[in-house]
Amino acid sequence: MKDSNTNIFTKGLIKNNPLLVLALGMCPALATTTSAINGLGMGLATWFVLVGSNITISLLKNSIPDKAKLPAYLIIIANFVTIAEILIHAYWPTLHASLGIYIPLIVVNSLILGRAEAFATSNSLFRSVLDALGMGFGFTLALTLLGVIREFLGTGKIVGNTIFPSEYGALLFVLAPGAFITLGLLIAGMNKLKKQS
Amino acid sequence: MKKLTSNFKNIFLVLTGIILLAVISSSVVHSLVKDKIQQSKEEKLLGAVRKVLPVYDHFDSKPLEMNDGVEVMKIFKAYDKQNRFVGAAVESSSNNGYIGHIDVMVGFERSGKIVNYVVTEQKETPGLGARILDWFKTNHKNQSIIGKNASTANLSVRNDGGDIDAITGATITSRAFLFAVRNAYFAFTSNTGQVASAVNLKADSIQNPTNH
Repeated sequence: MKDSNTNIFTKGLIKNNPLLVLALGMCPALATTTSAINGLGMGLATWFVLVGSNITISLLKNSIPDKAKLPAYLIIIANFVTIAEILIHAYWPTLHASLGIYIPLIVVNSLILGRAEAFATSNSLFRSVLDALGMGFGFTLALTLLGVIREFLGTGKIVGNTIFPSEYGALLFVLAPGAFITLGLLIAGMNKLKKQS
Repeated sequence: MKKLTSNFKNIFLVLTGIILLAVISSSVVHSLVKDKIQQSKEEKLLGAVRKVLPVYDHFDSKPLEMNDGVEVMKIFKAYDKQNRFVGAAVESSSNNGYIGHIDVMVGFERSGKIVNYVVTEQKETPGLGARILDWFKTNHKNQSIIGKNASTANLSVRNDGGDIDAITGATITSRAFLFAVRNAYFAFTSNTGQVASAVNLKADSIQNPTNH
């Protein structure tokens, strides 16, 4: 059974949210979401790469022999990551400084290769773009949410605006354990939400 | 269109083609924004210089460079309207942060009084070491270095017999930071003809201290 076009877009948001349901792309999600802006930036960069690679792979799907699929996909993804990194470096230097090594590491984000292999390689250009847009949106939302929660509990700020003084923040939430705790609770909440619907 | 078969010739041609396309597209993007990247780097540096200098009319945007054997330090001299030397901003760094490199820009008046500082690069632990961004500017107990005269104050942490309170829970970061500040003062005195002080020009200004 084929999904309708709207379904392809919306399933990335809740039903198949890449981070909170499929548990893909955990490394950048845990490492970069120390603040809302960082989470958002990481999400947008991944989104850009995902859309670019899905478009290219969907266009080239018949010209790539089966045995050359994996190396070919990786080169295409790495190319988009390189472009994303150059652009972020030029137009958003503060984000480039705070994300550091995690931008090049988008290459190995399982979400992107996963969508290429599971979707773009066997679907039309239009549907691949929809899929990438939906999945990327879901990933960006989840990362931003994670960033907002960690930033608020850890430093008392929301997107850089102080709500309560940082001395009362639980530092734990800015450090790695807080990332796991927050992510775990979000996944639990997501499961609850899915059961009810 | 039928899918290409996986024989050696096809695989070779397709992969070569994709690699060529990738190389071309990323080099095109790079050459388009290369200047922009360079420009934002320079702006960041000069922005930091403007923040830390004392009241000035103009400054040398081409810095003096000084190599102490470990780091290259940059000294930006500033002048008033009559072209008299008023102070300088010095970019200095330390390799001994808790997580790698710490770069700081420190501004000095002629007398050696510290006007301000900006941490231009650091990867310290958020919430602990990363508080160097404003800890040493905060006027609370003995933690501020602003307004201290580098020629008389002993700019090292209290545990090491200095005058400055380290960041709670981040002594290593504090040591590295103050080392970079002392080094900046060392570069300032040796390049601007100001008299150096005995307190902050010990041998450790030249070699990075080891952390314990």
